[in-house]
Amino acid sequence: MVQLRINGHIKTVDIDPETPLLWAIREQLGLTGTKFGCGISLCGACTVHVDGQATRSCVTPIGDVDGQDVTTIEGIAGADGTLHAVQAAWIKHQVPQCGYCQSGQIMSAVALLSENPNPSDNEIESFMAGNICRCGMYSRIKAAIKTAAKAA
Amino acid sequence: MDKITQAEKKAAKIAKRAARTRGQKWTRRGFITASVIGGGALLIGVAIRPGDRTDELAKLAATGDESLLTAWVKLSPDNTVTAIIPHGEMGQGVHTALSAMLAEEMEADWAAMDIMEAPAEKAYANYVLGREFMVNKDKLPGFVLGTLNGAFLGITKAMNLQITGGSTSVRFTGVGAMLTAGAAAKELLLKAAAKTWDVPVSSLRAQKSYIYHDESGKTAPFADFAQLAATFKPSLTPKLKARKDYTLMGTSLPRVDIPQKVDGTAMFGLDAHIEGMKYATVKAAPVHGQSVASMDASVAKAMVGVQGIYNMGDYVAVVADGYWQAQRALEAVEVTFTQSAESQLNQAGVFAQYAKAFENAKRKDIHKEGNVSQTMKRADRTHEAEYNVPFLAHACMEPMNATAWVKDGTCELWTGTQNPLGTRAEAAKILGLKLEDVTLHTAFMGGGFGRRAVPDYALQAVKISEKTGMPIKLIWSREETTQQDHYRPAVTNRLRAAIDSDGMPSAWDSLFVHKMDPPEASRVPYNIPNQNIEYVESPLHLRFGPWRSVDHTQHGFFIESFIDELAHKAGQDPYQYRRKLLAGKPRFLAVLDAAAKLGNWETPLPEGQARGISIVESFMTIAAQVVTVDVNGDMPRAVHVACAADAGMAVNPDGFKAQMESGIIYGLTAALYGDISLEDGAVMQSNFHDYDMVRMDNAPDIDVVILQSDARLGGAGEPGTPPIAPAFANAIFAATGRRIRSLPIGDMSGVNVG
Ligand code: FES
Ligand code: FES
Repeated sequence: MVQLRINGHIKTVDIDPETPLLWAIREQLGLTGTKFGCGISLCGACTVHVDGQATRSCVTPIGDVDGQDVTTIEGIAGADGTLHAVQAAWIKHQVPQCGYCQSGQIMSAVALLSENPNPSDNEIESFMAGNICRCGMYSRIKAAIKTAAKAA
Repeated sequence: MDKITQAEKKAAKIAKRAARTRGQKWTRRGFITASVIGGGALLIGVAIRPGDRTDELAKLAATGDESLLTAWVKLSPDNTVTAIIPHGEMGQGVHTALSAMLAEEMEADWAAMDIMEAPAEKAYANYVLGREFMVNKDKLPGFVLGTLNGAFLGITKAMNLQITGGSTSVRFTGVGAMLTAGAAAKELLLKAAAKTWDVPVSSLRAQKSYIYHDESGKTAPFADFAQLAATFKPSLTPKLKARKDYTLMGTSLPRVDIPQKVDGTAMFGLDAHIEGMKYATVKAAPVHGQSVASMDASVAKAMVGVQGIYNMGDYVAVVADGYWQAQRALEAVEVTFTQSAESQLNQAGVFAQYAKAFENAKRKDIHKEGNVSQTMKRADRTHEAEYNVPFLAHACMEPMNATAWVKDGTCELWTGTQNPLGTRAEAAKILGLKLEDVTLHTAFMGGGFGRRAVPDYALQAVKISEKTGMPIKLIWSREETTQQDHYRPAVTNRLRAAIDSDGMPSAWDSLFVHKMDPPEASRVPYNIPNQNIEYVESPLHLRFGPWRSVDHTQHGFFIESFIDELAHKAGQDPYQYRRKLLAGKPRFLAVLDAAAKLGNWETPLPEGQARGISIVESFMTIAAQVVTVDVNGDMPRAVHVACAADAGMAVNPDGFKAQMESGIIYGLTAALYGDISLEDGAVMQSNFHDYDMVRMDNAPDIDVVILQSDARLGGAGEPGTPPIAPAFANAIFAATGRRIRSLPIGDMSGVNVG
């Protein structure tokens, strides 16, 4: 039994504590915005926040987040549905192509900006280097992060 | 709707005559239908069907009065216009572009428009695409061949086209059907309004889903005229707007699929859900074509959550309560696969086999012009080089997956596919079901790039569901996705040129191994009077498939690198050298000039930096790129890419730019890292550590300029890819004097000395 707070709701999951958080989120908790890309922490598609920290959920055993706060892409908009500044910037810059990597990109970007509200180009690049976008939307992601930084 | 009118008969006759004079057998008759459906909605479809019943191909293509519809538009009583689109969305903005094309001609309110992806019904088969093939086999886009594993292309299969790929959506469906459907709908509605209000049609105008009679100030929504409009016979050739009158096309409309891709609600294949479904994962024979020899699942079977382990012939499947449990159990299955001669083949052996094929295999012509051998003999100088590129995987961000439930003689299937109708037809075939008994629900694709034109993964899900009787979500690991791809072939190209006294090529001789499509990919855009372009075949067991821009990706690299070599030999600036060879080709020159200007071709750069240039036409779009490279580090780095492109017209300019950016990064990944290689017949690479991607910290800044011309619409999804590798390699040459003749480039130590 693992208890965690996911997007503000306390949930109990009855599962092998070794199970990666990614699969518990998708299969047990039914939140499919978090994606599977590589399974070994190389692509960033599965990025969520654990106590506010960007975390690759594909290599994080759910047992490790017992009692912690997990936020997924479904949990970053305001309670009234207002998009997070990062999401709004993503729309403004028309960032997604296929869109598959974008939950992870957005979760990384939100974590970056909460740590460093005004990142330089270099800081953006090195923080975001763990998130692959096979559609190559890097210029747009970078521009959107800067827009979001200004909006905050 | 199936009555043939006089006008249609006449049109068919004209079409037939025209076809005969072109020496072609195929004719078509387009027609447009209008009808009222349930709830009072008006439905208008544009159909094109075979017109010549005596034609063998036509007989196979459609029987009786069967029609193959390419586009539908629905007008609901609440005045909503719905575009029904026969293409999947994989991020290229096709839903937005196609619906904008429809709205443009219909004068529909795009902001209030609904968009629906057509179900995988024959009625939505991409017939315009099929027809291009019928008319001229050479025009068949490459991805189709991939669908069939490069095998003989059966005509019935060709008719199962509902494919997104080959940059065809906007070019074929858009131009061939959406514009026509929109114009036809508008004509009918105007006619109905004219009758209702008793005024001449010419006094009416349509705008944003309303009809206006300015004289009287009367106005009413489209929907008011739907019933009456459906009673008219639509004209066969509705009048289309001139390009200059477009108000939607050519503007950067926000993409309709984007909001759901920023809040996690977009449904990809991976997100399909059926109550009670189980999760499956598989391991197929690493050497393609081999099968399971032995399997010991005793340990795996006992693991928690495991439902069953199956020998499926050429792969092993594990079914469990969750993906992770299935994956862990799969690792615990002891499996061996059959062996064959191919199980010995290594990458060096592949290229050795090609070298042998150059000597022994029968040469096939692609293009012959002038007299190459004599020109070579008489030339003062010749220059030759051999180029090589490796196999490439698609590496779609979303691993292959499909969800299937086979029960009671039916099958339901959820997946992201570039080929919905083909997927459905193949599923029906392997299950021995009728097409009607298979329902396919298409989902967003987390990248397609040609990979998702091949339905192998979906068919596995179907088979496993059939075997277990359970609803199954099959997910391939990243490793399986990398090793069971349908690869861009490794290709060798031997190039030789005769050089005249001005340093210009007077003959071009090209021989390569592995041809997919399109055949014009190996042709040079340059004015060279004597040309000989040939290929040989050298079959391998590894599966090939269409890879973003198909053959253009390698030939762009070969041709544009070799031309650069010739420019260097001639002691000429590579940009000006190309200009000379493109004399009389204004579209090419304009694109090349625009890229040179955008990339500041003439401006000096700091130490360790240089520029390279290239130009490639693919899928009717001409794209030129100027890359600025920095070779001061361990890895050559593309600092900036200037891209100019002429696609006739960019339907959605911002979307077009995004496609160019995407194509550039995709091609740059291939140029820098892309290397799938064989060891003991199997693909060695498995995940992003050994098949890495360009990431944000090594992505260049990209500027794109779009040129307009009056040429037919070209593609957007692919043409950004071919020019990047040669422009990048040419820049490295300019910076270091080292010519890159094989990819990937890797780090600076791997740069070949030329
Ligand atoms: S799936 Fe977790 S980093 Fe790739
Ligand atoms: S948008 Fe497709 S992988 Fe990033």
